[in-house]
Amino acid sequence: MINLQHFLFLAAIVFSLGIYTVVTRRNALGILLGTELVLNAAALNMIAFGHYGNKIVEGSVYALFVIVLAAAEAAVALAIGLMIFRNFNTIDASSVDEMRG
Amino acid sequence: MSPIEPLVFTGLAALTITACTLIAFSKNLVYSAFSLLGAFAGIAGLMILLGADFVGVIQILVYVGGILVLYLFAVLMTAGIGDVKLSNPVISVKIAAPALVLLVLLLGKLIYSTHWFAAETTTFAPTTSAIGETLLKEYLLPFELISILLLAALVGAVAMARREVKEGKGS
Repeated sequence: MINLQHFLFLAAIVFSLGIYTVVTRRNALGILLGTELVLNAAALNMIAFGHYGNKIVEGSVYALFVIVLAAAEAAVALAIGLMIFRNFNTIDASSVDEMRG
Repeated sequence: MSPIEPLVFTGLAALTITACTLIAFSKNLVYSAFSLLGAFAGIAGLMILLGADFVGVIQILVYVGGILVLYLFAVLMTAGIGDVKLSNPVISVKIAAPALVLLVLLLGKLIYSTHWFAAETTTFAPTTSAIGETLLKEYLLPFELISILLLAALVGAVAMARREVKEGKGS
């Protein structure tokens, strides 16, 4: 029997691996991959709570909001990442420490 | 609740966790970007398993069709100079890996020690029309706000990329 805790624990594992990716990557795009995992875990939690609380429609609405925010974040962050790559010729997050244009 | 449900859950969970582990621990960022596909597909399958058919399909459309392709473009466009050195961890794995295990254990203890509401018998029904009505009735203001946010993010991304192309042409 699959219950709420299974889904929450799975989402916790995905969240933790996302945080690990954010912390350990030096590549700025790798950090963004980690944030996608974190946001996905949040959306999965919303759906799980909605299903087991018998409010699947409300859970779906919040999961949709999370997905839209992730899409907006990815578009802007990747544009910034490409600009950093063109200006600094590197994507190393720790070497981008100047505010010149 | 069919008897096949635990089997499907186990398979999808294994797919998701394997893909996420590859993302977190792969040395090459291209492998990480490609294994993002497995993570997104697995989570979409779990959503459909939970009865959220519309969100599962939207997850595949937006993430696999849009965001994943965007990431692959970005990774492959910068991969020429982002050699293996840049994919190396910046914080020592000796510190980060125990912290990861500790975080999972802490969250797991929290999840299993909390008394959640009892699982009721839920009915599986199409959710698309109900989501549409809810979005346009109770959640109308957040819906419009998030539309404006998405438009602003889109215009901002295009504006940044476009100015860069102009400068490249001028120089």
